Amino acid sequence: MVSQADVERLEAEPVNAAHNRQPLYAPRKKIFPKRASGNFRRFKWLVMAITLGIYYLTPWLRWDRGPFAPDQAVLIDLAHRRFYFFFIEIWPQEFFYVAGLLMMAGIGLFLVTSTVGRAWCGYTCPQTVWVDLFLVVERWVEGDRNARMKLDSGPWSLNKLAKRISKHGIWLLIAIATGGAWIFYFADAPTLVGEVVTGAAAPVAYSTIAVLTATTYVFGGLMREQVCTYMCPWPRIQGAMLDENSLTVTYNDWRGEPRSRHMKKAIAAGLPVGDCIDCNACVAVCPMGIDIRDGQQLECITCALCIDACDATMDKIGKERGLISYATLSDYNANMALATGGGAHAVDPKLVHTPEGKLSQKVADFHIRKIFRLRTFIYLGTWTLVGVVLLYALLTRDRLEVNVLHDRNPQFVTLSDGAIRNGYTVKLLNMVPEPRTILVSIDGLPGAAMSIIGMEEATGGQAAISVEPDRLKTLKIFIRQPREEVAGPAVNFRFVVEDRASHERDEYVATFNAPETSR
Amino acid sequence: MSDKHIDEFSGVATTGHEWDGIKELNNPLPRWWVWTFYGTIVWALAYTIAYPAWPLISSATTGMLGYSSRVEVRKELDAAEAAKSDYVAAVKAKSVTEIEADEQLRAFATAAGAAAFKVNCIQCHGSGAAGSAGYPNLNDDDWLWGGKLDDVYLTITHGIRFAGDDETRVSEMTSFTDILTGDQIAEVSAYVAGLSGTASSPDLAAKGAPVFAENCASCHGEDAKGNRELGAPDLTDAIWLYGGSEAQIAQQVRSPRNGVMPAWGARLGDTTVKELAIFVNSLGGGE
Repeated sequence: MVSQADVERLEAEPVNAAHNRQPLYAPRKKIFPKRASGNFRRFKWLVMAITLGIYYLTPWLRWDRGPFAPDQAVLIDLAHRRFYFFFIEIWPQEFFYVAGLLMMAGIGLFLVTSTVGRAWCGYTCPQTVWVDLFLVVERWVEGDRNARMKLDSGPWSLNKLAKRISKHGIWLLIAIATGGAWIFYFADAPTLVGEVVTGAAAPVAYSTIAVLTATTYVFGGLMREQVCTYMCPWPRIQGAMLDENSLTVTYNDWRGEPRSRHMKKAIAAGLPVGDCIDCNACVAVCPMGIDIRDGQQLECITCALCIDACDATMDKIGKERGLISYATLSDYNANMALATGGGAHAVDPKLVHTPEGKLSQKVADFHIRKIFRLRTFIYLGTWTLVGVVLLYALLTRDRLEVNVLHDRNPQFVTLSDGAIRNGYTVKLLNMVPEPRTILVSIDGLPGAAMSIIGMEEATGGQAAISVEPDRLKTLKIFIRQPREEVAGPAVNFRFVVEDRASHERDEYVATFNAPETSR
Repeated sequence: MSDKHIDEFSGVATTGHEWDGIKELNNPLPRWWVWTFYGTIVWALAYTIAYPAWPLISSATTGMLGYSSRVEVRKELDAAEAAKSDYVAAVKAKSVTEIEADEQLRAFATAAGAAAFKVNCIQCHGSGAAGSAGYPNLNDDDWLWGGKLDDVYLTITHGIRFAGDDETRVSEMTSFTDILTGDQIAEVSAYVAGLSGTASSPDLAAKGAPVFAENCASCHGEDAKGNRELGAPDLTDAIWLYGGSEAQIAQQVRSPRNGVMPAWGARLGDTTVKELAIFVNSLGGGE
């Protein structure tokens, strides 16, 4: 065993320490998270790089849709009410796809939370990612925990002023870039960036940048963990999604207790000694400023940096890793029962350790099977079902549609030869970015003739209408049926639209109205 | 309130009130909240100085910034007028047929005419311009005085049988009560109904033919196709202003109703009348 003297002892007190509760309206306790290193920290770097990369770079991806549509891969074109996502183009009436995606996001959150706990909070939540980024800047400018604490408590000096200005300056730059990136999703990015720089962009672009800059700076730089603890509703909801088989960051007190700062003295005195040497590394690295050894807490975002910190200490003192680990409550309970003799007495390290100080064989290890259970499969099944339905709807959706609005006032007109005429507003939706010629005809109304306002040649049974790419064309169509053919006060017939080139067609069942007295 | 009660759990003083055993902790307000509150007061004061606010006896303070909602509305209305002034000038300068030929101008005039129609015309012709008994349906293809753009324009401008306009279109169907016998009226009514195939008895209708030739053909024509110069309706079609049953026709022969339409040219101005004519033409019944 390596001497305990090699392990740095940190003075760190959790913000929510039970023996030192703050009054309700107390100023914030400053947190100076120490740099952690280890597997989870590396994973967090990776997630940060991917998520920030997606956020900042996506608007710059190009996607060729031909000459009649924008070439930006992801574009929310509010002015023309179109949403482009790579090969998918969504019209306003197809917005239910977004509703479907939100359902998938919701069920996905159930799935992830029920298996790996609050992974969303710990790794991918924008608040976590940006706070992490802001902490990197802070550490780079002001140094790690001890240097920052010293700087903070020290008097104002030129050095302190310079560091503070650079820190906040870089934070603001990041915040501006964040606000700036957002607007590029709503317009052609290369054009817009030029307009923003030259002051020619729309006021809404600047106000959006301003608002997002402010929120990023305030939430990510100044408020940090307070957003999670006091403002965010997710911790409350996510807590309710966990059960005894969900993974949570856990301090394994069945093995760590009784903790001891002076292990040798304690052993010499014949006292029981757990694996925790109370080095406080887990508290020092915590970005939420809590002590995981106090058990599960609302504040814990399960980012697992305390696991990295504790593992480093365990390596130094030659103990097995995992004193703090991702564990399920069921495993924890089993091990706790083992360490306390079924709850008969306090934790006895001898029951879970071999005489050599290693962990006993009887200790339950986490097994991946634990988190895959009926509940998880139901979530997974539902999530997949919604996804498959959405995908099916997407792959089989119409790109040519006809909508018909029957004139209601008057419902019909009697013409001088006794024929009955009905008026319709017909909308042709050409939902592909190419011009098309669409044949419009009617079916199921004997003897009826069609005439289209503004089109002299279209009188007759069928009309060829050219529709602009990715546009809707509105036609005013009159249908006239001779008196002797009128079959009753309300007869259904069909408008048929067809694109001969792509063999796409759509129908609309409309009603032809006539006076009650006819026939 | 004399002696302060300290809550034993939180260590905070209570307000001293008690409701059913429930006491209220006298926690201070959060500082940000208090400052926001003060901020709103400052804002409110500054606002009432900058903008019209304080009521006086017959008016109100005008505010330092000189804001007035009436001026704003006037500006917006002026801007709206200016935005369409080119179109309005073009409508004013051109004839209805010229407007009809210009696609943009036609679209503008149709929209403007629809608005004017809703204000001035729907009382008689209905909101869908479908009319009702005595008020012509403007959607159909039957026109008493002609359905070409110029005809409609003229009709709207000067009205029908409108006393206040010298150029108004005038015609009068005579009452035949004293001219024809009751039988003759029944016969001619049957004959007229028969022209559009709804007579009750062919014999009666046959007897009505000479009566018609003698008394009615002078206005409605030998073939009963009507005369637009006189506004005399076509009696052979399926469209009836006062009803097409024999009884309704007989009623019109005995004591004819002669509808009146006001002249709109002087009231609405030439531009609006042109717009109305274009709109009516767009209903699908124009010739």
